[in-house]
Amino acid sequence: MSVNDFVVRFANVNGTGSASANALFTKAVFRMGVPVTPKNIFPSNIQGLPTWYEVRVSEKGYLGRREGVDLIIAVNPQSMKKDYADVRAGGYFLYDSSKPLPPGYDRTDITHIGIPLMALCNAEFIDARQRQLFKNIVYIGALSALLDIEFAVLEGQIGEQFKGKEKLIEPNIKALNIGVDYCKENFDCPLDIRVERRDLLGDKILFGGNSACGLGAVYAGATVAAWYPITPSTSVVDAFAKYAAKFRVDAETGKNNYAIVQAEDELAAIGMVMGACWNGARSFTATSGPGVSLMNEFLGLGYFAEVPAVLIDVQRTGPSTGMPTRTQQSDILLAAYASHGDTKHPLLFPASPKECFEMTVDAFDLTERLQTPVIIMTDLDLGMNDHISDALVWDDKREYDRGKYLTSEELDRISTATLMSAVSKISLRTNGSAKDEMSVVMAELDGQANSDHAPSQPLEQFKGKYGRYLDVDDDGIPYRTIPGTHATHGAFVTRGSSRDEYAVYTEDGDAYRRNVDRLSRKWDTAKELVPQPEFFRGTPPYEGGVAAASADGVVLSACDGVIYFGTSSYAAEEALEFLAAEDIHLDAMRARGFPFGQAFRDFVDAHERIFVIEQNRDAQFRSLMMIELGTDSAKLISVLNYDGMPITADNIVRQIRTSFTK
Amino acid sequence: MTYIRSTFRHPAFPKNDLGYTVDYYEGSLSTLCAGCGHDSINAAIVEACWQLNIEPHKVAKLSGIGCSSKSPAYFLSNSHGFNSVHGRMPSVATGANLANRDLIYFGVSGDGDTASIGMGQFVHVVRRNLNMVYLVMNNGCYGLTKGQDSATADVGSKSKAGSVNLFEAIDLASLAIELGATFVGQSFSGDKEQLIPLMKAAMSHKGFAFLNVISPCVTFNNNAGSTKSYDYVREHVEVTGTMDFVPYEKEITTTYEAGDVSDITMHDGSEIRLHKLQKDWDPQDRFSAINAMQRAKQKGEILTGLLYINEDSSDLHSMINTSETPLNAISKDILCPGSDALGKLNSSLR
Repeated sequence: MSVNDFVVRFANVNGTGSASANALFTKAVFRMGVPVTPKNIFPSNIQGLPTWYEVRVSEKGYLGRREGVDLIIAVNPQSMKKDYADVRAGGYFLYDSSKPLPPGYDRTDITHIGIPLMALCNAEFIDARQRQLFKNIVYIGALSALLDIEFAVLEGQIGEQFKGKEKLIEPNIKALNIGVDYCKENFDCPLDIRVERRDLLGDKILFGGNSACGLGAVYAGATVAAWYPITPSTSVVDAFAKYAAKFRVDAETGKNNYAIVQAEDELAAIGMVMGACWNGARSFTATSGPGVSLMNEFLGLGYFAEVPAVLIDVQRTGPSTGMPTRTQQSDILLAAYASHGDTKHPLLFPASPKECFEMTVDAFDLTERLQTPVIIMTDLDLGMNDHISDALVWDDKREYDRGKYLTSEELDRISTATLMSAVSKISLRTNGSAKDEMSVVMAELDGQANSDHAPSQPLEQFKGKYGRYLDVDDDGIPYRTIPGTHATHGAFVTRGSSRDEYAVYTEDGDAYRRNVDRLSRKWDTAKELVPQPEFFRGTPPYEGGVAAASADGVVLSACDGVIYFGTSSYAAEEALEFLAAEDIHLDAMRARGFPFGQAFRDFVDAHERIFVIEQNRDAQFRSLMMIELGTDSAKLISVLNYDGMPITADNIVRQIRTSFTK
Repeated sequence: MTYIRSTFRHPAFPKNDLGYTVDYYEGSLSTLCAGCGHDSINAAIVEACWQLNIEPHKVAKLSGIGCSSKSPAYFLSNSHGFNSVHGRMPSVATGANLANRDLIYFGVSGDGDTASIGMGQFVHVVRRNLNMVYLVMNNGCYGLTKGQDSATADVGSKSKAGSVNLFEAIDLASLAIELGATFVGQSFSGDKEQLIPLMKAAMSHKGFAFLNVISPCVTFNNNAGSTKSYDYVREHVEVTGTMDFVPYEKEITTTYEAGDVSDITMHDGSEIRLHKLQKDWDPQDRFSAINAMQRAKQKGEILTGLLYINEDSSDLHSMINTSETPLNAISKDILCPGSDALGKLNSSLR
């Protein structure tokens, strides 16, 4: 008997309306307070090819994918043979028994559940399309009886789904009942595997990563989105469009406080983002690996010309076109070093919809603070699937960090400073009163300064002349000006060619080196500004896992450590529990940002061996550590998964265990 | 190029309505070759902006890569400039314009930057009717890499090294009209009298204003047999007519002989007073513009002047209904939906 701990897989034909029926199932389990995680396993196809929807129900709250299927709803003849083989011993095979099963479906270690889905629908519905659509609802009804899902919960969902189209409620409920009734009459309900109501989810939400990124961009104040369609990133901009239409249309004028342009290609999309950011708007694009390849040139320009840009990379399986509808974490090196020359970019690694939301907001602050493109590294698994996530939070007191830019008044003060310095030189030679007067004027001007982005150093550092690329604060980040700010001060030409501190074109080697060395200092500043890692001592419990480390307490107990990031986190944290049960105790660090800061380095230094879990063939994250931290390769043991499916805990356990067998 | 610029300014230099003398509109010293057509165009831009009483800081100058794309540094030093990447100026200009619709966007490109690597972005910026001036300094060759033919080199045109171009030229002005550009002008860097009013009209046009300016390359494409040398172009220019640009509320003072003059009212109330020399050509009719250009081409001539204008079109902002307030100037209070809205959203996700 397995309560709240099983995997159900729906095997459907792409384009037959199964997605919304299947989502109904997930939401019902969610509403019964039980942790649930769905995965869309879909082909690069519009209609006709096999598609699967796999749902894991886990009382313990394991939200990664699990190997093995306990119950399959096999309604696609194309894939039935494989689906049949995939059922675990002791599991269930639910099929449409309108026609008898072909020979060979004779396993004795599983239970066959035949429901004449087509025949039942044909008897009850006349319209051909309804017959097809309601077949999906009938099997959801069947599952309600077989798995003990509260009928009232499903009924409630149907009511919400068809609010405004009430005519559709009745036939949907009827279809659900057909399934329920058939099962109650013909099988012992519920089965060995079933759902039992719990209260394990608190105020958690069920949300997709792409939607969360799109919503994050709205909250972050993004006004310009430029994009080119590519799976699996398209729904990021769809979500932005949806929420912008909801929240950003001026009630009085009906005008949009945002602009969305579908560009001619990814090159243009990122170009538009650069143009908008250069001109003082917050702007972003979303793409996947092939798009990042195309955007390399502009990303290099953004790095060198110091133009902000937010890029959301929803990674998919590469190389080249790869498997466009399967997941991977394989753009790590591409994104980190996109473009020619000494170029590198900050990366953020969200692991949940909540982090997709938060890191998207953070990315807009970071890109303006650092004046360099920032890339959010999500993936298909996180972006295109619903996930249980902590509720989204927004602090109304939070201000946007627009970074260092100079207002018209501040540009005036820079020239006033020249004046004052001239006056003070004269007054020192006389009686000093002129200097005193100017100090009062300067103090007043300081008081008037717009404080939300007030320069951290006095503007006198400019010594009377604005220099776009002067490092006046010694953090590598210069002050920018936005076009149109001031009639006579602050204009300059942004360019990808070398220039001096005053933005004047130069091919002088010293000036070039000073500039790229300053960019290095900026990179060092970025290390502590990007999201910092989370640390776990020993095994992280799922609920209320407490990060064991603070900035000074990173050195953990066990001698071996594990590093993971993004969607590998679900399976990794589950695997750590399994391993702990086998007395293999590991410290863990979930990386959240690149470049790596001191805390990250301390964790690496504090452990003898480190397992690096990632979803690509070439251990790209491990390479990044070796390049950026100089970590000894012998110390870093790869745990990899790259078949396009989300990594599982079983897989991680198998790979790590081999390092502990005597 | 020259290394020294005289700082002497005659005290009686005339001032425009804003109180600026023309040198206020200049840029840094040009590093282009002495006699480069581009420098004449830059001088025309300076003159046009001065005459139009434009606040330089309300102009954003954008370019791609190449000799022409260096130009923005050589005019309007009080304007922000963006010398971006090869062929991608249109996308940068699009993003910049979306961020702040209140500036004037002046894009400078070359024939390599537009007709080859940048063709994709060029055609799409035309389609979107982005409110900008897009100026191509067209010399039919790649100067910075020593004179290779570009895609606008005429078939049969001879290079300095003596090779003959085998491929059909891309006619950017015809293409722009075909794609729905709402202002198309063609000119010659040596014809300042035509270039300045044309540029003023382009800057006053609301929508995509395309200027294809033949700008001979003195170093690599000024030889006998080239169809883009100074001599050849001077001999083969056929003007559509002469024009005057009359800013809004200024008095029309030019006089032409009766019957030849037509006035076109711009979006901002300014007037283009056109003295037509071409029969059967109406600049507000696409077909006649294309016909006139094709006829000139057949005769081996380059038709210059204002070729086509449509003052009734919608620019990108109008089409996508963006707010009148520039997007880069909207405050957080308006942009961010806040915690209450997020609370409701959370509830809808349970």
